[in-house]
Amino acid sequence: MSDRVSVAKTYKLYIGGKFPRSESGRTYPVTDASGAFLANASHASRKDVRDAVSAARKAFGGWSGATAYNRGQVLYRVAEMLEGRRAQFAAEVSACEGISAADASSVVDASIDRWVWYAGWTDKVASVLGAANPVAGPYFSFTVPEPTGLVGVLAPQSSSLLGLVSVLAPVLATGCTAVVVSSADRPLPAITLSEVLATSDVPGGVANVLTGRADELGPWLASHADVNAIDPTGASAESRVDIARAASGTVKRVLRVPDAEPDWTQRPDISRLRRYLEAKTVWHPKGA
Amino acid sequence: MSVWEYAPAPESRDLANLQPAYRPFIDGAFVDGGGDPLTSINPATEEPLAEVGTASASDVDIAVRAARAAFDTVWGPMPGAERAKYLFRIARLIQERSRELAVLETLDNGKPIKESRDSDVPTAAAHFFYHAGWADKLDYAGYGPDPKPLGVAGQIIPWNFPLLMLAWKIAPALATGNTVVLKPAETTPLSALVFAEICQQAELPAGVVNIVPGAGDIGSTLVRHPGVDKIAFTGSTAVGKEIQHALAGTATRLTLELGGKAANVVFDDAPLDQAVEGIVNGIFFNQGHVCCAGSRLLVQESIAEELLGKLRARMSTLRLGDPLDKNTDIGAINSAEQLAKIRELTASGEADGAERWTSPCELPERGFFFAPTVLSGVEQSMRVAREEIFGPVLSVLTFRTPDEAVTKANNTPYGLSAGLWTEKGSRILWLADRMRAGVVWANTFNRFDPAAPFGGYQESGFGREGGRTGLEAYLDV
Repeated sequence: MSDRVSVAKTYKLYIGGKFPRSESGRTYPVTDASGAFLANASHASRKDVRDAVSAARKAFGGWSGATAYNRGQVLYRVAEMLEGRRAQFAAEVSACEGISAADASSVVDASIDRWVWYAGWTDKVASVLGAANPVAGPYFSFTVPEPTGLVGVLAPQSSSLLGLVSVLAPVLATGCTAVVVSSADRPLPAITLSEVLATSDVPGGVANVLTGRADELGPWLASHADVNAIDPTGASAESRVDIARAASGTVKRVLRVPDAEPDWTQRPDISRLRRYLEAKTVWHPKGA
Repeated sequence: MSVWEYAPAPESRDLANLQPAYRPFIDGAFVDGGGDPLTSINPATEEPLAEVGTASASDVDIAVRAARAAFDTVWGPMPGAERAKYLFRIARLIQERSRELAVLETLDNGKPIKESRDSDVPTAAAHFFYHAGWADKLDYAGYGPDPKPLGVAGQIIPWNFPLLMLAWKIAPALATGNTVVLKPAETTPLSALVFAEICQQAELPAGVVNIVPGAGDIGSTLVRHPGVDKIAFTGSTAVGKEIQHALAGTATRLTLELGGKAANVVFDDAPLDQAVEGIVNGIFFNQGHVCCAGSRLLVQESIAEELLGKLRARMSTLRLGDPLDKNTDIGAINSAEQLAKIRELTASGEADGAERWTSPCELPERGFFFAPTVLSGVEQSMRVAREEIFGPVLSVLTFRTPDEAVTKANNTPYGLSAGLWTEKGSRILWLADRMRAGVVWANTFNRFDPAAPFGGYQESGFGREGGRTGLEAYLDV
């Protein structure tokens, strides 16, 4: 084999289906678990947050209005693309998280399976959470769960892929759109996931991925009037209080998350789906 | 044309069994509160009704401790089937005392007796009856096996439906195994304290329900009490935001049912007379003191003039006056403060260029009254199109296409309810999908049922009340 020089990848943000650099021009070095240089990642700014929110809002009508079956197919397609990039993800997870190739490989497997699990929920969650309400009167009253809107996701800091998938997939499965701030120190799997999203029929703007600091960007997301819910998982304990306060200004839904990062390998329940869904009750009279 | 006059048909105020004084209810007993007593007045006459003892901060503390002890020793460990029977008892007692409660509610709140009699009180009883049945069936509620209660729930309710809002709060909390400390609104505390007596008659264990009358400071104390596991608040969006801010970063759970600025959308194919009734019900029910009131009428341009003509004619027949009179449609505004707010906002609409039409009804000499009013030619930018008036004032806007109707209806930070009027079924379902609101009434308005979840999107709050969905607010899931 010849001593070929490899082509190094420039890691960028993912906003509105495109891969821009941070408008601030900021970057920060990303290292592997042993401290060796891996890449320069874009250091997203408040302006990038606003651009991403704007893109996610534009995408909301189409994504939430798509049929549940269609959303399920698109999300399943993401899993297919993830499967095709298993080796790349395993290498990045191994480098970022400092775990063995075998462990990283099982993390990737779990991540793909997690994504498939959520993809399958799109056309079932309404049956499970919705209802025909037996009201005392001549009305047909039914309740359907609908996506709450745009969700700001501060992804876990430690679990760079399985954690990320576990917090992003439920947002997309409900029909919400997302602005994700990736793990700051382990951002590479998030950027590679954006490349997967970009090539799997997920409409541009449905998921937007920013690399940067959750504690810096979280409060901007939380105070943005066009964001409906926020998942503070990746924020520090102190920052979570600021984020929750900022969120109160527009009555955002703030996810209750454990103080420390949970064990993402545990089988999830549907509580994350529930948090991103609003029950809508419709009444119609009955009559001849 | 001959005019049929209505003879007065007042319900007897004696039925309210009004007491000269009411006291806080803590740990199963009526106690002297440490706060300054308040005088609850009849907003229809401005006469004092009764003196009401209020809780102090230390009373709130005692109440929370009592609720905790009851949760730990009695109510928490009690099998659901046994809890259920207490709730069934309460439902029956409300039904048995419904006349008394209806008259009392009308005296204290100012709402027409026909509403308190036919809506508030029976629906309150229905909420207890419905939730009673859930107490031993929570395994089937969809939250996994044996879902656990949260503990002590602090509940703060508004003055527009005093007993009904109490029922919406207390019934699901108790059914799921929580104990409660409830603060009724400052201007309407009486029915909550009669409810406390009902708890005694039902032999509900001491401390399971505590009622702490008081003003906003007592609500604030309750919200910040470290012994409270959950706060449920119904009221204004401004106060809801304060509460959410205060609880940021704490372990206290929160559900909010806040304000609204609902669109009531009328298409050119709607049955107009039926729509007019729905519009009237949507905005003038309970003097418009309804968070989900249809306060923005969006009417298709081609029928706007015809509809407004019919609406004004119908509004002219609304009878405003003595809330105790069984013929009264529009009662009293709950307080001088609220009346001033309604006047101010309505005046702002006129100043902004909206055209005002007010029903030519005579206002009583005393009491807080505001004649049913329509503001037409309202633009999206006007305060009367954006801010909750919480009174009998309807803002009218027009639209041309279904898409424009959707855009205008959703052009609000709120998202509590919406009304749709059209004969076309496919259009109803198309619109219902697009309304960013928690409740959508099609060819009807202001329907409530304990089996139907109620609550808002966006700045109208989070969490639901009623139905299986509503149980989540009081479960650790």
